[in-house]
Amino acid sequence: MITESTRIKMRELAGRYPNPRSALLPMLHLVQAEQDEVTTEGIAACAQELEITQAEVTAVATFYTMYKHSPVGKHHIGVCINTLCGLLGGDAVYDRVAERLGATHNGPSADGNFWLERIECQAACTHAPVMTVDWEFMDDVTPQSAVDVIDKLAAGEEVWSTRGPMIRDFQATEHTLAMAEDDLATIGNCVDEKMLAGLKIAKSGAQQ
Amino acid sequence: MKLTPVITEHWDDPELYTLDGYKSHGGYEALAKALTSDPDSIIATVKDSGLRGRGGAGFPTGLKWSFVPQNDGKPHYLVVNADESEPGACKDIPIMMANPHALLEGVIISSFAIRANHAFIYIRGEVPAAIRKVAFAVKQAREAGLIGKNIQGSGFDLEVTVHAGAGAYICGEETALLDSLEGYRGQPRLKPPFPAVAGLYASPTVINNVETIANIPYIIDRGVDWFRQFGTEKSPGFKVFAVSGHVQRPGIYEAPLGITMRELLDFAGGMRPGAELKFWLPGGSSVPMLTADHLDLPLTYEAMVEAGSMLGTGTPMIFDQTVSVVKAVTRWLEFYKHESCGKCTPCREGTYWITGVLEKFEHGNGTTGEMETLTTLCGQIAGRSFCALGDAAATPYPAAIKYFSDEFTAATHTSADEQFDPVASYVFSGVRA
Ligand SMILES: Cc1cc2nc3c(=O)[nH]c(=O)nc-3n(C[C@H](O)[C@H](O)[C@H](O)COP(=O)(O)O)c2cc1C
Ligand code: SF4
Ligand code: FES
Repeated sequence: MITESTRIKMRELAGRYPNPRSALLPMLHLVQAEQDEVTTEGIAACAQELEITQAEVTAVATFYTMYKHSPVGKHHIGVCINTLCGLLGGDAVYDRVAERLGATHNGPSADGNFWLERIECQAACTHAPVMTVDWEFMDDVTPQSAVDVIDKLAAGEEVWSTRGPMIRDFQATEHTLAMAEDDLATIGNCVDEKMLAGLKIAKSGAQQ
Repeated sequence: MKLTPVITEHWDDPELYTLDGYKSHGGYEALAKALTSDPDSIIATVKDSGLRGRGGAGFPTGLKWSFVPQNDGKPHYLVVNADESEPGACKDIPIMMANPHALLEGVIISSFAIRANHAFIYIRGEVPAAIRKVAFAVKQAREAGLIGKNIQGSGFDLEVTVHAGAGAYICGEETALLDSLEGYRGQPRLKPPFPAVAGLYASPTVINNVETIANIPYIIDRGVDWFRQFGTEKSPGFKVFAVSGHVQRPGIYEAPLGITMRELLDFAGGMRPGAELKFWLPGGSSVPMLTADHLDLPLTYEAMVEAGSMLGTGTPMIFDQTVSVVKAVTRWLEFYKHESCGKCTPCREGTYWITGVLEKFEHGNGTTGEMETLTTLCGQIAGRSFCALGDAAATPYPAAIKYFSDEFTAATHTSADEQFDPVASYVFSGVRA
């Protein structure tokens, strides 16, 4: 059910823009935050709040790949298979993860707890091969380290993003995206060695 | 040429992302300076600096700003393009994660210059790590009175809204981004009218890349002469280069425009052990590939065009001798096919057909006649599509065939994986496919 508190957040989102319709993408993220997918009920709620037709909302909801039309489960797993990551090993990572989950591209795992997706370039090619868990970075993975992450998640153990906070779940990330903020900005390290590669050389005095 | 960290200079300070951290390195001093000057003089400074857009096309930033009509009675908007989805591009997301206030200070100064009272930062939805950092910077700036009403007593009001996309490469195209930001499917608009005249909500709008805007505080703070000591006449300034692929130390290297790929490669530790460079792309999959013959050219907008490529996003991808060009190109076309927005026929149908033919080559089933077919198909998409995504899709194959036609010929009987063992390209070892 789309709760009243979600409705209130939808109105808050609409109020952020000169034209309320601009809030549609965030509102659809909010639907996923509440319902784990974009439901018919969620589409109806967006349409009602924005005073547009359900067909108009559906046209948008089916255009963007982050909106899912059946339940994602607890965690969304992305493996980058664009040329750079794929060829540097992402293809092998994807195969192992798919096997572990018993899932095919853009579909649920055998147990329904995970969703697997071959994702396009994640703007992290310096950290190839790249995986994402609930869209948080898991950089420089190998087939084994990727499966280890999934095993831990499946066992309910704590897993940290390599450049970000502790993994929560898909719906929590969708809430972050909807509201375009959360209270995790101060948690976890976002800057790693690869981001400092040039700076280190410049500061070491190694340049003549 | 030396590395010159500017935007990246203090990334080793773990507090840089906070307002206090940024301020401890001189942050927001440029804003104070800007708010006491005439907006037109800021536009003039940016024009004189020669700063060119870092989103791929290299359009002069000050010139773009000067197209915004003034005293037209309409609201003006600044929209930051933080959609970074070009394959190979990985520098805007790190900038937002490490130094979000540089972007934000740039947003405030740029908005003041073009007389915008509302700015939007459109960040691709797949990267919550960047969204939360930028949102945090906005929150802290608002609490400190750097955003909001009457900023620092200047009489200037600015609202900043962070907005998450939802997965669509085409939303990086500036007019598609505007449609998306208005709550529609992200499909490009007809130009003209250009966004500077009729953009967001049909009002004058400036759209700039993250790195472009992050340059602004430094230019305002340190001046045109300082900026122009880096780079060339036509490509002034510095660039956040992100080097990826088969190099020893992939990562972020900020250097003056005009540094060569060979120099950058040296900084990145050279090729991985035992590897030889086979091909590289200066900035994203949408620019033509180059080879080892081009390593000594300056990485500038003009030199890359002269060499038959483009600087693009300035994020070089390096591939070694283990990589099949046929496979690389096929994978990129699968991406363009997937991301084509479907609005125009040459791109929607063309990417479908090219990909189908390329996949035959990847499996060793192409024919020499189909090499001609691919050339024809690319020729029919390039220049005939509604937006630059179509042109981009028509780029990888003609560039590849220029240097590696033998591999396509071989792919008429031998699959890409038989020609090149995929495992040899992996950056980890001990895995059989
Ligand atoms: C398919 C496509 C995708 C694009 N993606 C981006 C992007 O992610 N980020 C970006 O800044 N520019 C992107 N661009 C370029 C923008 O249309 C635009 O030129 C740029 O945002 C202008 O900013 P700049 O002048 O500061 O570079 C893309 C263009 C096309 C055709
Ligand atoms: S060229 Fe491709 S992406 Fe651009 S408008 Fe046409 S179909 Fe859409
Ligand atoms: S190709 Fe995987 S992050 Fe860029």
